[in-house]
Amino acid sequence: MRDRILAFSVLLPSLLAVGVFVYGFIGQNLWVSLTDWGKDPAQALALRPELRFVGLENYRELFTGFVDVRFRQSVVNLIFFTLFFMAGSLGLGLLLALAVDRAPKGEGFFRTVFLFPMSLSFVVTGTIWRWMLQPQGGVNVLPTLFGLPPLSFPWLATREQVLVFDWNHLPFYTALAVGLVLLYVAYAAHREGERRRFLWALLSAGVLFLWAFTLGRGLKLLPYPETHGFSLALVGVILAAVWQMSGYTMALYLAGLRGIPVEVLEAARVDGASEWQLFRRIIFPMLAPITLSAMIVLGHIALKIFDLVFAMAGLDYAPTDVPAIYMYLLAFRGNQFAKGAAIGILLLLLVAVVVVPYLASQLRKEVRR
Amino acid sequence: MRKWLLAIGMVLGLSALAQTGKLEIFSWWAGDEGPALEALIRLYKQKYPGVEVINATVTGGAGVNARAVLKTRMLGGDPPDTFQVHAGMELIGTWVVANRMEDLTFLFRQEGWLQAFPKGLIDLISYKGGIWSVPVNIHRSNVMWYLPAKLKEWGVNPPRTWDEFLATCETLKQKGLEAPLALGENWTQQHLWESVALAVLGPDDWNNLWNGKLRFTDPKAVRVWEVFGRVLDCANKDAAGLSWQQAVDRVVQGKAAFNIMGDWAAGYMTTTLKLKPGTDFAWAPSPGTQGVFMMLSDSFGLPTGAKNRQNAINWLRLVGSKEGQDTFNPLKGSIAARLDSDPRKYNAYGQSAMKDWRSNRIVGSLVHGAVAPESFMSQFGTVMEIFLQTKNPQAAANAAQAIADQVGLGRLGQ
Repeated sequence: MRDRILAFSVLLPSLLAVGVFVYGFIGQNLWVSLTDWGKDPAQALALRPELRFVGLENYRELFTGFVDVRFRQSVVNLIFFTLFFMAGSLGLGLLLALAVDRAPKGEGFFRTVFLFPMSLSFVVTGTIWRWMLQPQGGVNVLPTLFGLPPLSFPWLATREQVLVFDWNHLPFYTALAVGLVLLYVAYAAHREGERRRFLWALLSAGVLFLWAFTLGRGLKLLPYPETHGFSLALVGVILAAVWQMSGYTMALYLAGLRGIPVEVLEAARVDGASEWQLFRRIIFPMLAPITLSAMIVLGHIALKIFDLVFAMAGLDYAPTDVPAIYMYLLAFRGNQFAKGAAIGILLLLLVAVVVVPYLASQLRKEVRR
Repeated sequence: MRKWLLAIGMVLGLSALAQTGKLEIFSWWAGDEGPALEALIRLYKQKYPGVEVINATVTGGAGVNARAVLKTRMLGGDPPDTFQVHAGMELIGTWVVANRMEDLTFLFRQEGWLQAFPKGLIDLISYKGGIWSVPVNIHRSNVMWYLPAKLKEWGVNPPRTWDEFLATCETLKQKGLEAPLALGENWTQQHLWESVALAVLGPDDWNNLWNGKLRFTDPKAVRVWEVFGRVLDCANKDAAGLSWQQAVDRVVQGKAAFNIMGDWAAGYMTTTLKLKPGTDFAWAPSPGTQGVFMMLSDSFGLPTGAKNRQNAINWLRLVGSKEGQDTFNPLKGSIAARLDSDPRKYNAYGQSAMKDWRSNRIVGSLVHGAVAPESFMSQFGTVMEIFLQTKNPQAAANAAQAIADQVGLGRLGQ
């Protein structure tokens, strides 16, 4: 009993601090996002602003309001940025790790070289890459070193978009994507022989598809078509982010590769496995947990990205906009604090979607032990 | 016990005494603009040697970062004694309507400033019968910059209207100049827009746009976007990646013929690039805006609840005085807001701007905070993005009107 009291009293200060400064402020932010703070300029920056409860109005405006078109583009940007940034960092990191792992000598040297960009801050990386991606210099004149004509891609300055879709079709596409995930879950359950899970997943997927192709297509978020897409200006930002973070995934993978017992590999070789089979059946499966944790880390970095975009393109450039930038813009320049808070909550939810299942599964594993 | 109370009382009393000897000045003048502010502070210290001046600067062009810091401080109930703010709606729409500023009319009366500053300027800083800040300097937004020698070489004259400008642009394009107009990142595009709008609408309708009498969707206002679109066709395609200085560089290097930028460009070309105003580079009002001075101004105000109110008032007195303005402005590269400043202290550009300031019609700038509240201004960038993405004048006009309705533009200005 005394031990318990002691333990509790030792924990208490940090519990209190976390309770107030993390969860308290999250709660306050949630409350602000449900008010009209900023609508009335006389209240926006008053010493004691009077806030009125407006429910989910701010969220509705963000997703379907006429003037918040920039927010919607920023969400689309964020999704594409996150996907390509994760894929790029993981892919490049794995390649580097394999190369460094196989290198007969100079391993320590190369490891340091590749890991080094991680020690820079995103602001530094962003500034350097902005210079290098100037349309008339830097990367574009690189080919002239080999006597080739210079590239003419305008990098950050382009306004082109690819994979353009109508925002009105968003519910349809979302349902489709979730449905596909559910199908995969069903497939996995089937293979593991879990009949109940298989049936449930299959059923939900079916319902979702049915909804998507009947009601979902007719649903209109906006009274007019509004196109969004992957802005090519983001390619430069993704490049810089991958450059910075792939060293980190390399280090993770390197540790993973070292963790694979040599006996297993040799046994496989003795059994006549080809090099490809070795990767496919042994190395990749054994690296899977590392890929997962790398994805969590990269994913939450990507979803919260602000400084890199700020340094590379500034606040006012919509083609590279991300929600965090738009949040800052709305709250601290436009005095629209409630709407800014709403974006903050949405970002929190997004990150939670990535992090919470991971934490939960880790926790469950620990309990099982 | 009593001893303790006494000691605490003494400490409190002493610290109160010490506080009266302080003045915190909040601004975004660092770097190139730092020396001008420091000169002004030195002057203040000569007059009030007992006061300890705290120079709280937050860097970042046009105060983008400083304003965010200021807002958090004000919301937290910790206002600086005085802070820099763009004169006009940026101050009024954010701070005055929220009841956070003191009326300075008494100071204007005491110091005779109602006569010393032009009426157009006083109108811009007045709201509901009060005057809310003391302007220290004046910059001009509608200026077109060029190199006379280059224009001579190409055989063209500085255009006086946008039609002439577009014709000149065609001529220059035929002579192999890819982009006759040099343009930079988003805000410089908005800056160009306000020059075009002033020319297309004229000063009266420009003002009407901001007091709500003219809607953005009015055909006259839609035409601004049409002209603006054609002007953009004369500009470089890599604008988004250039700072305003790099855009000026394009003109100086002869890669472009014209640049529309505020008159801080004169400071950049004289001080940094060592060019001679009037001979190496020259200027004209942006096309179609002769006789109109689109101004922006930095000013200082007095927040309610300032800890050192009297020191702050003394600072405002200095900021508005002839001596203060003529110390500050030649270093800053701007002109004095007062009508009686000494032209001999300014260079060729400053003297010419001063002449215009005294004779021209005065209107306020949008981009630099004079005519619209921040809630509108910060989202005008979105309007610009919509136009650049769609090239559709009507869509941009609709978006501008929607934002104007949302923030209640014009309701404040009465």
